Amino acid sequence: MAARVGIPSSLFYYVHFPMWQTFFSELGVEVVTSGQTTKGLLDQGVREALADACVPIKLFFGHVISLKDSADYLFIPRIVCLNRKTIYCPKFLGLPDMIRHGLTGMPPIIDVQMDSRQGFASLWKSYLKIGRIFGLGKGRIFMAYLKAYMVARRFQSLMRSGLHPPEAMAVLSGKENIADPVDYNGDLTFAVLGYPYEVHDQFISVGLVKKLKKMGIRVITIENLSPRKISRANILDKNMFWTFSDLALNAAYYLFKEGGVDGIIHLTAFGCGPDSMVDKFMEISSRDYPEIPFMSVTIDEHTGDAGISTRLEAFVDMVKRRKEVKNNSCPR
Amino acid sequence: MPKVTFPRMGESYRAFRMLMNDLGNEVIIPPRPNKKTLDFGVRYSPEFACLPLKILTGTYVETCMSGAELIITSGGSGPCRAGLYGQLHKKILNSIGFPVDIIVFEAPKSHPIDFLRKVKRVNSSRLSYLAIWECVKRGWEKLKYLDDLEKTTHALRPRELKKGSTTKVYREVLEWIDGAYAMKEIHEAGKEALNTLKLVPHDTRRAVLRVGIVGEIYVLLEPASNLEIEETLGNLGVEVHRSMFLTGWTRDNTVKETSGILSVKEAAMPYIPLCIGGHGRESVGHTILYARDGFDGVIQMAPFTCIPEIVARTILTRVSREHNIPVLTFFLDEQTGKAGMSTRLEAFVDLIRRKKNAPVSDNRIIVG
Repeated sequence: MAARVGIPSSLFYYVHFPMWQTFFSELGVEVVTSGQTTKGLLDQGVREALADACVPIKLFFGHVISLKDSADYLFIPRIVCLNRKTIYCPKFLGLPDMIRHGLTGMPPIIDVQMDSRQGFASLWKSYLKIGRIFGLGKGRIFMAYLKAYMVARRFQSLMRSGLHPPEAMAVLSGKENIADPVDYNGDLTFAVLGYPYEVHDQFISVGLVKKLKKMGIRVITIENLSPRKISRANILDKNMFWTFSDLALNAAYYLFKEGGVDGIIHLTAFGCGPDSMVDKFMEISSRDYPEIPFMSVTIDEHTGDAGISTRLEAFVDMVKRRKEVKNNSCPR
Repeated sequence: MPKVTFPRMGESYRAFRMLMNDLGNEVIIPPRPNKKTLDFGVRYSPEFACLPLKILTGTYVETCMSGAELIITSGGSGPCRAGLYGQLHKKILNSIGFPVDIIVFEAPKSHPIDFLRKVKRVNSSRLSYLAIWECVKRGWEKLKYLDDLEKTTHALRPRELKKGSTTKVYREVLEWIDGAYAMKEIHEAGKEALNTLKLVPHDTRRAVLRVGIVGEIYVLLEPASNLEIEETLGNLGVEVHRSMFLTGWTRDNTVKETSGILSVKEAAMPYIPLCIGGHGRESVGHTILYARDGFDGVIQMAPFTCIPEIVARTILTRVSREHNIPVLTFFLDEQTGKAGMSTRLEAFVDLIRRKKNAPVSDNRIIVG
């Protein structure tokens, strides 16, 4: 029987899952995921994880626990740096350690370190190490890596064309476009900035993106923007250390400067360390661009559906009204 | 003369003030963090920012009100948030109407040219590099004596015959060091201060508990932010061993790593194999070393939402069990009250005292 590798559907899932899935299935290893977030998963995570951790980490604990019996290995790579510049949040760097020492009775963890700063082809070497765990030859691992790499490229280009990660994943796996049919009548475009594991997790974001779409609003997320373009928009004399935060903040700077959106919503998790700074930088910057309304929404394990809906509706109404007033007041 | 200020960390401001004066700047001494500082900090900082950032914001606002024009602070290369404090503080202070500039010194080993350029900026009286080096050496000497004095109080306080006498003498001798200027004077004052402090009547044979303190550097070094935990513990009859002092930290981070920090890394290796920023790995490593050295317990101090310490805390549960050492964690924020903390400390000390006196078979773990 093929070995089963469990990949928690949280954190890096929204960025790397298509690549990892291809890699493992090319190696003849079965991939098990923990599926969509549910109330039960979250509760389990909250019970096991440290109270002071942020929601995404608690949720990750929940996802990992649910894979306990269905997987022979847990795939929690220690992703340090992928672009040779920025690293990831300390909690990500210590993720395998937190799981190993914080939970008991877990299957063995594959915690290969991925750090592109360690010289030429260091990522390939990491994947080689993963392949070796299953006792496979170099040639086969290389083919799998190559194929996975191509899938990752395609995944990126799908998202660049305007799809969100869950939709792009569906397209990759051959399903029909699951994007909800929306009539973009109001010609409003919002940017929802935040980390992929918050924005695209239906449960933890209380369906924020979906709600906006239902109101007839086009939603842009960080994945839809070109990383190269937005990294040029940085106005600080130092980059954010953390990849996701760097992207989110630069995306905000880019959108503020370039326009093209009618509003920016920053989605952040309660107790998120990097976001405490990112959000303040965004807020200070937003004062220089009064024509683009800015709102930040904080989520935690208790976030209620009604509360978020009310805030969103109010924000959307305000933006709509502003736009109408602006269009009427200066007829040309 | 430009009016400069810098973050306050315990008594270290005495050395920095001398250095900045020597370079020809007027120094606005950062006040000891108090209720007002925190109020300012909480008002202008992001809600989930860690306590050090809030305290520093408050300190800066206070010093800006008394006319500071330039803030000098240290940077970092992450992934701890502290490396971006300078940038954020500048934005915050400018946005609330203080046109201050902030000079952020990055580690000279990775940014040598940038470092020299910034040295030039704070060098208002145009001293030569050699003269600056002399000034830095004197400041460094002062810092070392300040750290030594503090270390001595940790050993003396639990053994003193009259409660409060150590603190009283300590406050007194600090001023002597403050008054010294030339290298010779600093040495004289430092030695005299240490000797005087050791003369505080104390009972050398008293059996005291030994507790190690680990955690994030700012809350360890600034007594106002950790509600004077060392003093509280000392008065409870506990000898405190703090894992970090400013001179020790600087030695580890400016030129090359010392053997001390290397053994800490080695000890933490089975639990955290790479640097996760801040002092997360050091917290784990020091806890293991304390356990090996036969300490009775470890207290971890961390600011609320501190990322590296949260990772360390998750792992410390296991370390505590495997190395059989009680660990108590405090997550500090602006709401932490002294009474609550004292109660928890008293309970913890009672537990480890009982554990120490209990027969070996009853060796249960205490985790708080």
